[in-house]
Order: sequence, then C-alpha cells, then structure tokens
Amino acid sequence: MTLVSALLAPIGHSTLSMLAAVGRIAIFMARTLSHMLRPPFYGRELLRQLLYIGYFSLPVVGLTAVFTGAALALQIFEGGSRFNAESVVPSIVAIGMVRELGPVLGGLMVAGRVASSIAAELGTMKVTEQIDALVTLSTNPMKYLAVPRVLAATLAMPVLVAVGDAIGIMGGWLVGITKLGLNSAAYMQNTVDFLVSWDVTSGLIKAAVFGFLLALMGCYHGINSGRGAQGVGKATTNAVVSASVLILTANYILTTLFFST
Amino acid sequence: MTQPRIEFRNVSKSFGRNHVLRGIDLSINKGESMVIIGGSGTGKSVLLKCALGLLNPDEGQILIDGRPGSEGSRDAFFARFGMLFQGGALFDSMTVWQNVAFRLLRGKLKRPRDEARAIAIEKLRRVGLKEWVADLYPAELSGGMQKRVGLARAIAAEPEIIFFDEPTTGLDPIMSGVINQLIRDIVTEMGATAMTITHDMSSVRAIADYVAMIHDGKVRWSGPVENMDESGDPYLDQFINARAEGPIEAVR
Repeated sequence: MTLVSALLAPIGHSTLSMLAAVGRIAIFMARTLSHMLRPPFYGRELLRQLLYIGYFSLPVVGLTAVFTGAALALQIFEGGSRFNAESVVPSIVAIGMVRELGPVLGGLMVAGRVASSIAAELGTMKVTEQIDALVTLSTNPMKYLAVPRVLAATLAMPVLVAVGDAIGIMGGWLVGITKLGLNSAAYMQNTVDFLVSWDVTSGLIKAAVFGFLLALMGCYHGINSGRGAQGVGKATTNAVVSASVLILTANYILTTLFFST
Repeated sequence: MTQPRIEFRNVSKSFGRNHVLRGIDLSINKGESMVIIGGSGTGKSVLLKCALGLLNPDEGQILIDGRPGSEGSRDAFFARFGMLFQGGALFDSMTVWQNVAFRLLRGKLKRPRDEARAIAIEKLRRVGLKEWVADLYPAELSGGMQKRVGLARAIAAEPEIIFFDEPTTGLDPIMSGVINQLIRDIVTEMGATAMTITHDMSSVRAIADYVAMIHDGKVRWSGPVENMDESGDPYLDQFINARAEGPIEAVR
C-alpha cells in the first residue's frame, strides 16, 4: 500500500498542480476580458503596444513566411512530380500558407518574440516594485499593463498573418518561376482561382486567437513572476513554452471546428 | 482624545509557517512623522504594504481616520496616499517628468499635458533637481537622483499621508542627509502624516517625531524620538547603538 501511495502521490500532486494552474489562468483570462469592457481605457498604451507587437514583428513574420512558402513550393513540386501533378504547386502553397502555416508559424514566431518580452518586462516591473507603484498611483495593473498588450496582440496578429500569407505565397511564386520552370502568370492565376475567402478568413481568425493567447501567457507569467533574476527568467521561459503549446492546441481545435465535416 | 489618522489594531500576517506580524498595535496622529525601525526581516515592509492595501492582513484591522481602508472606492483611498519605494520603482519606459506626473496624466486627476509637465517640473525643483532632468529616462539617473524623482512623484498629487520605504538605502552619507532633510521639510510644509520604515539611525533622528521598534512581529517599544536614547529597553538600546551583543540574535 505504501509503495502504491509513493508511486501515485507524485502523479496526483502534479495533476492537482496542473489543474490549479489552469484555474488561475482561467481566472486571469476572465479578469482581463472583464477589464477590456470597463473604463478607464488606456488608448496611448494600446497604440504603443500595437506599434511594438504589430509593426516591429513584421520582419520576423515576413522572413518566416517567405522561406516557408519557398520550401513548401519545392516540396510540393517534388512530391507532385511523382504522379505528374506539378500544376498543383500554386494552389497547395496558397492553401497551406493561409490556412495553416501562416497563422501557426507566425504565431509561434511572435510568441517567441512578444510573449517572452512581455513576461520579462512585467516580471522585472514586479521585482522592482513598479507594479506596486502603479497600484499606489490609483492605476489597476490589469487595465494598464495586461489589457493593452492582449488587445494589441489580438488585433495585430491577423494583420501580421495577412501580410505573412502574401509574402509566403510570393516566396512560393519566386521559387516556382526561378527554379521550377513554372509560368509566372499561370502561377498567379492558379493561386487566385483555387483560393476561397474562407481559407483566408479562417487563418485570420486563428491568428487573432493565437495573438490573444500569446499575450495572455506573457502577461500572466510576468505579473506572477517569482523574485529575482531567476524568477524573471523562469517566467519568460514559461511564457514562451505555454504560449507555444496553447497555440498548437488551439490550432488543432480550431481546424477541427472549421474544417471537419 | 483625537482620532488617529492611521491605526493598526492587532494586525497579524503570516506567509506559510513564517509568522511575520504577530499582533501589531500602533497609532499615528494627523501631521505626525512616525518612523518604524527594526532589523531586516522583522516585517516592517509587510506592515507598510498592509497599510497600503497591497497585502491583506490575516487578522486585525487597519483604520484610516477611524474607517477600514478597504471600505469605499480604491481610487479615493489611494488618492490620499503618496509612496516612496525602496528602489524608487520608477517606470523605465517613461521620462522623469512623466513618472512624476503619472497621476496627473490619467484618471480622475487628469490635467492637460502642458500643465501636468509644469507641475512635475515644479515638484522636481522642490526636491533639488533641475529642469533638464525632466526629459531623461530613469536609467540615466544616479541612485540619489532616482530617489529624489521617487520623492517628487510621491508628493506630486499633494497626498495627506506619505509612506517612505527605506528612503536612504544604497545612498552615500551626504545624499542620505539630503534625502532625510527633504523628507522632513516636505512633511512639515505639507502638514502630511508620514510613516517611514528604515534601519538607518541618521534617518530616524532626522525624520521622526515618534519611533516604533518592531521585533519578533510585535511593537517592542514606541514613543517620542527624544525618549529613544533613555528608553531602558535592552532591545532598542542594542539596535540604536548597533551592538552585536545583546538580546537580539545577530543570526536570524
């Protein structure tokens, strides 16, 4: 009996800890959403975060998209040539980018860049008592710190992914006409013909959800950071890991909802 | 009998098995400057955070003008307070003047930007800083300048009650003297009620009207600063005379 307890106890302990963490994150999310709807609103902070999270993430998302689109074209051409279906390259590159790779890879790259920096910034603010200072200055840290970041990421991600989709398709087109001998006009026509608006819209909805999740994880781990440099470091790592896992999980759930018949 | 401005009634606070405060009773009257002393880890900062509502006591009450601080609106509650944090706690992403005018740029006390900036510069002058400092970022300032900016931010909205957390920690003796003098002058000028926590005896003598010593989670001694040297309390004597030998264990 003692041996069984000793074996089961750590599993039970980890399960309880995980459930408690899920509960805390759910409460944090509910508080963030409720503060989004109630004044005061910090418009200047929102604009600052839109610039930082949106505009300054463009190079990361653009580079990721162009190389992904290019590699995708090469792979599909090679695979398609096995049964004389090289002509599907443009349509599969486009569908693959806008439905799946654009939002997921964009989300993961922005999670690496933004969730980590949010967690490090808010964690440092907590350690240096800046969050306490906000409270004493009659400012709610959830409203002033979490809401603008989460809202900015939710609004900026669809735009980033839309730009990333276009750049990714362009990457495929570039490889198609320079290395694979495809016709430029036919490639573009094929892309436009086979893509339907729901392909693009579903990817942008995914992007908004991923933006929400990655900023939420950055804020949650930053505001609940432990003490000292180690605490902030751990918060940063946890933010990126949890944001990435949540993005991949949410992607599966959304794909099932959108496309399973 | 006058109503104390701040009153701690049997305040206790524990973190797990660590019982930091074990029933603190203390009163601070309007316009008085109370300095709380005690060794590191005796719960001075916890007491201050409880008074501000940043931590909730496990037991007991903290009354502001006879009413629990948790009653009424949080904004109205915090509007009465100013706080100088140990490390300054200045916002890195803002310039010095935006830090000082933080309250005046948003919320109920919001004023036009130019007016808020003018008030911030006037408060910076009050703490001995020149106008050119206003457009610098906190990271560009020395430790002493950061404390002064923190002090300017604490007094910017003319609060009735000001808390000072270790105001001279990490400063050289001359800068410590300057900060102590500024605190004393500002508290007297504004007629504010002040609560300072420190273990710097030069600060105690410069700032305090009254002193309270916390040891083992309770108020060990309290009284007017002029009675401190003749208290006859062995704990207080050991602390104020910085003796290694005595009833307070050196290794805690």
